[in-house]
Amino acid sequence: MKRLPDERGYFGPYGGRFVPETLMAPLQELEQAFHEATRDKSFRRELDALLRDYCGRPTPLTFAARLSAHLGGARIYLKREDLCHTGAHKINNALGQCLLARRMGKVRVIAETGAGQHGVAVATAAALLGLSCRIYMGTEDERRQSLNVYRMKLLGAEVVGVDAGAKTLKDAINEALRDWVTNVNTTHYVMGSVLGPHPYPMMVREFQSVIGAEAWLQIRKAHGALPSLVVACVGGGSNAAGIFSAFLPYQKVKLVGVEAGGRGPLLGHHAARFAGGSPGVLHGTYTYVLQDGGGNTAPTHSVSAGLDYPAVGPEHAFWKDSRRVEYVQVSDDEALSAFHLLSEMEGIMPALETAHALAFVTKVARSYSPAEAILVNLSGRGDKDVAEVARVEGVRL
Amino acid sequence: MSSRLETAFRRAAKEKRAAFIAYITAGDPSPARTLELLRALERGGADIVELGVPFSDPIADGPINCAAAERALAAGTTLTGVLQTVRELRFASSLPVVLFSYANPILAYGLSRFAADAATAGVDGVLVTDVPAEEAGPYYQAFRRVGVELIPMLAPTSTRARVKQVKKLAESFVYFVSHTGVTGPQAQLPVELEDQVRLVRKLAGKRVAVGFGVAKPEQVSRVAKVADGVVVGSAIVARIAEIGDRPELFGEIQRFVQPLRAATRRF
Ligand SMILES: Cc1ncc(COP(=O)(O)O)c(C=O)c1O
Repeated sequence: MKRLPDERGYFGPYGGRFVPETLMAPLQELEQAFHEATRDKSFRRELDALLRDYCGRPTPLTFAARLSAHLGGARIYLKREDLCHTGAHKINNALGQCLLARRMGKVRVIAETGAGQHGVAVATAAALLGLSCRIYMGTEDERRQSLNVYRMKLLGAEVVGVDAGAKTLKDAINEALRDWVTNVNTTHYVMGSVLGPHPYPMMVREFQSVIGAEAWLQIRKAHGALPSLVVACVGGGSNAAGIFSAFLPYQKVKLVGVEAGGRGPLLGHHAARFAGGSPGVLHGTYTYVLQDGGGNTAPTHSVSAGLDYPAVGPEHAFWKDSRRVEYVQVSDDEALSAFHLLSEMEGIMPALETAHALAFVTKVARSYSPAEAILVNLSGRGDKDVAEVARVEGVRL
Repeated sequence: MSSRLETAFRRAAKEKRAAFIAYITAGDPSPARTLELLRALERGGADIVELGVPFSDPIADGPINCAAAERALAAGTTLTGVLQTVRELRFASSLPVVLFSYANPILAYGLSRFAADAATAGVDGVLVTDVPAEEAGPYYQAFRRVGVELIPMLAPTSTRARVKQVKKLAESFVYFVSHTGVTGPQAQLPVELEDQVRLVRKLAGKRVAVGFGVAKPEQVSRVAKVADGVVVGSAIVARIAEIGDRPELFGEIQRFVQPLRAATRRF
């Protein structure tokens, strides 16, 4: 099988580079620099050393004994990205791109953030590498992830609230792209997921593929076989692409991506691109988009800021159409239940994003035999969500 | 028969000036006002108008045009409505119209259906801001088939190879983005602008219109000395926002663009 994307950045019909002309030469330069860096042993060595000594990789694989017994059925394994430095998988990509930015001679990095995890990761990597850093965040996300806003500031980043549109991730990306168009000579845009124009979807997947590579070895050791099912939540789709990457060639391994079903199937009440969206162009790439009849992006909703986005990575669109990955939806309430369940059963508080993946597992675990394994990407920890969970559930802190 | 765009550029050149290209966002302050605003721009001396199709996520636009797009969408502007406005304009005017859009409203409309309807309505050219040369193939073919120009954009970051690449896409002109950034008035245009415009004209072998950031008559005058066309956008859009939906809007806008048009003269 030919490795995707093709040289124009397409995964089948999806992907490409739909950006203003100003960004075209810089994107070509970025693609070139990425290819050179991945061929350069010293770059690889430096990144691997940071992932090991700074992030704490490899992250463990935890057998969730009580949860497995409680659900009855498959043995459930958790790939513990929550134990990465800064508390989510986002740091894998942030470090990779910030190292690349430094190699390209950029002195400034910018990023968008939804849940704040990517923003914190970029602010962290920028502090480590001595880069100046600005993070764009929708003001609605600033409200529900206020702890992360302060964390970014403590790390020396400037946080710019975006008050346009729905004031969430999509609007933060718009603003980050405008900054990049303006300051492209000095600045690298650290995109936080497998989104945006080529080479981002490919590059972010590659930086996140360390999750799958580790998990593939770990689960074979722990379980003696490949898992029957691998589950990950899908915002833009980076943690899912990262863990799926190692299992894609094994047709027997079922792959499931979980989108935010929000409050229900009405447009505006969810972020289920594959259930309610159609192909279109948003933020530089051709992919499934939640949109109205005029091609304007539709409002989205999810209890989880990191999944609250109207488009999805183009490679996921390709996997969806080719049926290699199945995409399902989980509601706010189901995700909240799973948040509590994992906390109480395993002493692990998951991010609300991750809780979507877990909620799906609670529904299907019983249909597998105890000889089978389900691998869940535990993409992040839930500390950032504690205040929001309390608010949603009417608990005064 | 030469196209309306060709005619406009030739007439301006004969009068020893750059073509004055005025931009407004369609549907701002409301869809019902756009036709009359186009007529006001024409009376104020616009050689060509650029009509922005409002989009929810305008990544190439600064705050002024973003706010205008938000107002226009809130007022119910649709691409169908924009084409209807152009059709109405054509009953009484041969003012060349270039649509300035993002890819997705066109894709949602259907690319070939849009091309056909745009041609029928009397649209002369289309600029698709987030469709660079690499992605332009299907757009170029769809527009070409119906005699609508795809207007390629170039920027200060464009490499020589990229400038040459648009030669085969462009017809009457290419659009050069004056500075590295989004739309919106600039206090100062880059010092390299003149050299860049000359180089683009040489490498692309086409007329060059310069836009993004040009706001004041002095700036128009400077750009007009090297470029074949000068685009003023946000400055007009800001003025429309300032006046709002009032009867004097049209007269005010006509008066506002007159000195801009006058500044296109080369002497
Ligand atoms: C913990 C966690 N998981 C998942 C996501 C969703 O992003 P992606 O789909 O790119 O992994 C986020 C995004 O903020 C996150 O913080």
